Amino acid sequence: MDTLNNATFEAIQLLASGDSELWNIIGISFKVSTTAILIATPPSLLLAFLLAYGNFPGRRLLISVFSTLLSIPAVVVGLTLYLILSRQGPLGDLKLLFTQSAMVLGQIVLCVPILVAMCHSALQAADRRAWETARTLGAGPARAVVTVMHEVRFGLFAALLAAYGRIIAEVGASMMLGGNILNATRNIPTAIALETSKGEFSQGIALGIVLLILAFILNGLLHYFQGKGRFAT
Amino acid sequence: MPARKLFKFMPLFFYSLVFIMALPAQAGDKALLRLATTTSTENSGLLQHLLPAFERDTGIRVHTIAVGTGKALRMGRDGDVDVVLVHAPAAEQAFVEAGYGIERHDVMYNDFILVGPAADPASVKQSQSASDALARIANNACIFISRGDDSGTNKKELKLWSNAAIKPKGNWYREAGQGMGKVLQMAGELSSYTLTDRGTWLAYRSKSPLQLVYQGDPALFNPYGIIAVNPARFPDINHAGAQALINWITSPPGQRLIGNYTIGGTQSFTPSANSGQFALGREPASQAH
Repeated sequence: MDTLNNATFEAIQLLASGDSELWNIIGISFKVSTTAILIATPPSLLLAFLLAYGNFPGRRLLISVFSTLLSIPAVVVGLTLYLILSRQGPLGDLKLLFTQSAMVLGQIVLCVPILVAMCHSALQAADRRAWETARTLGAGPARAVVTVMHEVRFGLFAALLAAYGRIIAEVGASMMLGGNILNATRNIPTAIALETSKGEFSQGIALGIVLLILAFILNGLLHYFQGKGRFAT
Repeated sequence: MPARKLFKFMPLFFYSLVFIMALPAQAGDKALLRLATTTSTENSGLLQHLLPAFERDTGIRVHTIAVGTGKALRMGRDGDVDVVLVHAPAAEQAFVEAGYGIERHDVMYNDFILVGPAADPASVKQSQSASDALARIANNACIFISRGDDSGTNKKELKLWSNAAIKPKGNWYREAGQGMGKVLQMAGELSSYTLTDRGTWLAYRSKSPLQLVYQGDPALFNPYGIIAVNPARFPDINHAGAQALINWITSPPGQRLIGNYTIGGTQSFTPSANSGQFALGREPASQAH
């Protein structure tokens, strides 16, 4: 219990003191995960839309594949990409291993299944007439897509939050692909893993609290964006 | 509707991001050196003591990736790092002989020690040798935590068991598959014995319920070597940077910095470059501590 109390105290102290190393780590965490989710979202949305409204061979199989990928362990993603990005691997010439770009790639792979699966189920729940009405009223396909997405925006936001939550907190892929390099690829979860292995438990907990506080703020902001959102439509 | 606006701007977001991502591509950055090293040099705080001085002296930035010796050598073999600083002489020799690295340089040494519960149920404190100490642990079936991760410490431990003609097997022998710090914590929680390098132990001593129970056998010698990854295999690695680090760390100023790094007032590594005293495969007759 002492450790926990100390840790909470230390966390607040750390945040308040503006410790540059800590803020660096936080910055890396959010930069990498935000980049990943922003890159992953548009194609995932498109794919989810096709899966929900399209009619093509292999559609059901694709849906099952993405649902299955929900349970892929982060370490497996890390290891697979590690082997691909290593000098000996097929993409070795890009020299991406142990960079933030490698971490972004790993996190994209991790969050795409969540985005596709959850957006798909949200879109599927939308009334098909929204699409038809929009089209009849003269909206182009792109405009109609926006209309339908607006209909189910809460489900889509939930997907976004779940995906972001997974990648901001994952340690396996970031550790393998980034290498936990101070001021370059050390993010909050890998820093926690390091502090824990060093026996600096309170430092680890403090970083965990920092992550939670920042996630809370982010959620609050998104919630605000989402509007008042009880029974919209 | 804020949500609708958000969707409208999504493509714009996306493309500007791709653009931003493309900007800081750092391929071929000659001022960046990748060092794969062991958790012991990182966790003991030595690298944080040395590398800022190196970066200041040479303008080369160092990215340190701290893993077990086995993985560090593997990264060197695959050309994913430019230079390795590790502690497993036999594996290092094989690494150089296979052409993965070009030459091994002595950097420093410390030694391995056995730590265990203060009560010392296996009376390891009365051991005459490292083999004797391990035999006492095995005979009493006291819990021993092994790194079990193919690290330099793990390789050393397995060699010590084979020296003692003991096959470590049974419920008392537990392979953790974790770094040195984690293993020391586990050993502390389980009131058990483990083998650790002195540097990491000095850094953890104040937080650990364990005690040093055996030290001093020449077989526990722990030399660190630095090897540049062979540029013939990977022409575009930062070989100049690797050579600069090797020259610097084996130079008098680098060696002095290693010698004056202390943890809790105790010197944790002894510089040994160019002394000729600790050539590969030859261990010193005795060591004073």
